[in-house]
Amino acid sequence: MSQVEAVRGWIDQRFPLTAMWKEHISEYYAPKNFNFWYYFGSLALLVLVLQILTGIFLTMNYKPDAANAFASVEYIMRDVSFGWLIRYMHSTGASMFFVVVYLHMFRALLYGSFRAPRELVWLVGLGIYLGLMAEAFMGYLLPWGQMSYWGAQVIVNLFSAVPFVGPDLSLWIRGDYVVSDATLNRFFAFHVIALPIVLLGLVVVHIIALHEVGSNNPDGVDIKKIKDPATGIPKDGIPFHPYYTVKDLVGVSVFLILFSAIIFFAPEMGGYFLEANNFIPADPLKTPEHIAPVWYFTPYYSILRAVPPLFGSQFPGVAAMGAAVVIFAALPWLDRSPVRSIRYKGPVFKRWLAAFVVVFVILGYLGIKPTGVWGTFPAGLPLLGGAPVATLVAQVCTLVYFAFFLLMPWYTARDTFKPVPERVTA
Amino acid sequence: MKSFVLILAALLAGPAIASSGHYPLEKAPVDLANTVSLQRGAATFGSYCSGCHSLGYMRYSRLTDIGLTEAQIKQTLLPAGAKLGDTMGIPMRPEDSKAWFGVRPPDLSVEARSRGADWIYTYLRTFYRDDTRPTGWNNLVYEKVGMPHVLFTLQGEYALNHESAEGHGAGALIKVKDGQLSPAEYDALIGDLTNYLAWVSEPAQASRVRMGFFVIGFLLIMLVVAYALKKEYWRDIH
Repeated sequence: MSQVEAVRGWIDQRFPLTAMWKEHISEYYAPKNFNFWYYFGSLALLVLVLQILTGIFLTMNYKPDAANAFASVEYIMRDVSFGWLIRYMHSTGASMFFVVVYLHMFRALLYGSFRAPRELVWLVGLGIYLGLMAEAFMGYLLPWGQMSYWGAQVIVNLFSAVPFVGPDLSLWIRGDYVVSDATLNRFFAFHVIALPIVLLGLVVVHIIALHEVGSNNPDGVDIKKIKDPATGIPKDGIPFHPYYTVKDLVGVSVFLILFSAIIFFAPEMGGYFLEANNFIPADPLKTPEHIAPVWYFTPYYSILRAVPPLFGSQFPGVAAMGAAVVIFAALPWLDRSPVRSIRYKGPVFKRWLAAFVVVFVILGYLGIKPTGVWGTFPAGLPLLGGAPVATLVAQVCTLVYFAFFLLMPWYTARDTFKPVPERVTA
Repeated sequence: MKSFVLILAALLAGPAIASSGHYPLEKAPVDLANTVSLQRGAATFGSYCSGCHSLGYMRYSRLTDIGLTEAQIKQTLLPAGAKLGDTMGIPMRPEDSKAWFGVRPPDLSVEARSRGADWIYTYLRTFYRDDTRPTGWNNLVYEKVGMPHVLFTLQGEYALNHESAEGHGAGALIKVKDGQLSPAEYDALIGDLTNYLAWVSEPAQASRVRMGFFVIGFLLIMLVVAYALKKEYWRDIH
């Protein structure tokens, strides 16, 4: 017995190191037919690690203090060795996290990865998404620029639309009557410790749940049904390591090239990743002309603006915005199609999914722009006269957005489908 | 795949925030590799701007990045009593500036990132005489600005051309008094000054871009190796 084996044996008697390695890495059998869409899980994990590492170094130099926060970010950008690199990695990483997560979620929509027996994988994933939104929102306040400040002001004020407890609720969140030093400090605490712990925990649960039921695949075929009788290994399964570790390394390389291209050549990404207004220190007395959230929240922001107030209360819009996020949780029970993957689903589902993607992108675009971006209807027009065109478009898109979910039991049950093969296709 | 392209297209489409105001901005001649231009800009800033405007996040010592020696910085740009490692503050007290200009002159460290170099370049060339303003000056880009035209001895004096169609564009201003510099010389001076502010707004820019080529070069090699490794391992999977 070599010394390495001796050490491993010593550990294994006390901690299931080899067993865990086998269960989750070297003897976790994943379907062999993963395609392009299956890179985004490992990429999300990569970005999470990058955010935590860069976050640690930022925290060493950042000051969570309304009087010093903005200056400390500029100090990082100028006086800290490679501080600019760490900061751009973190700011770009925030946006790329959402790019990766949105594509990861879309993969689930394509191949029905949310369906039985993977409901918990999906629900925990949605929990990660919600945690990520909170993490991003609170992190965005920390540079203490104008957009940070007024973005937080607008979003926290949304809570005051909640009936009865609203104003007290938003006061409780802010810890002050306006967004202030107290708000900055608590957001900092949530951003650097509370939410990262929750996120890490949920990611572990997400992976354990996935490995319990096994990965779905582009055919939506259950590979555990056909096993090699001698070994008990699925015939279409291959060990995650080394096959998918080396394959994901290719995905990681391509991703890091794109990531670096942004960091080194366009860190502001034309104002989408770092907004120009956020280079002006927060000023509670000067409201910017146009307040828009960062691009990854804009589809929901559009929905918020699209829903008209009821009895002078903005609550319906706020509720619709919340519902637009939470409704993903119902997906496993909304899809009534006998097949999982879009490859074998009928034309009706495909059209609905295409429509959903289109309205998501349109809502995202409109959320960045002021409502007047497409002008107004001519004043003489009945009903619509004088109303902004973009608002109507956003309202139609909002309806399609919810219809995609709410009508799903109906249209998926009636849709045609193709026979699913016994085994995965090449 | 289709939606991926759509999302990318949405990401790459025009900038989210147009600069405020409607006056068309001219392209600033920003060239961070031109250290002579940056040095001229630093000199202009030191002579005309640094009395009121701080560059509070910038240290004098950083000027070595644009080719100045420490001795040169000490001789020409460092205020009496300041050290090389100090940030570029101003002697004026905030309460005084508030009383004199109605507003505290803003720190310009990141002005080229918040408003953009084109804005600065156009703004500093579009002052005109306006007797209705307390300072006697107004500006096409920044209407009712609190700052007087500090450089009028160089540029000369302009007045609003009321016959111009929409109050903007090339014919919006007419010269009423010559300055020490020709229009081309003045544009060059403002060009250098803008270039300097663009550099100040992110002094790591040049090294960032340079490093980017190396990092991406390394990653391309890593991609080739990773792809070959994947091919090799996957040879037996059908």
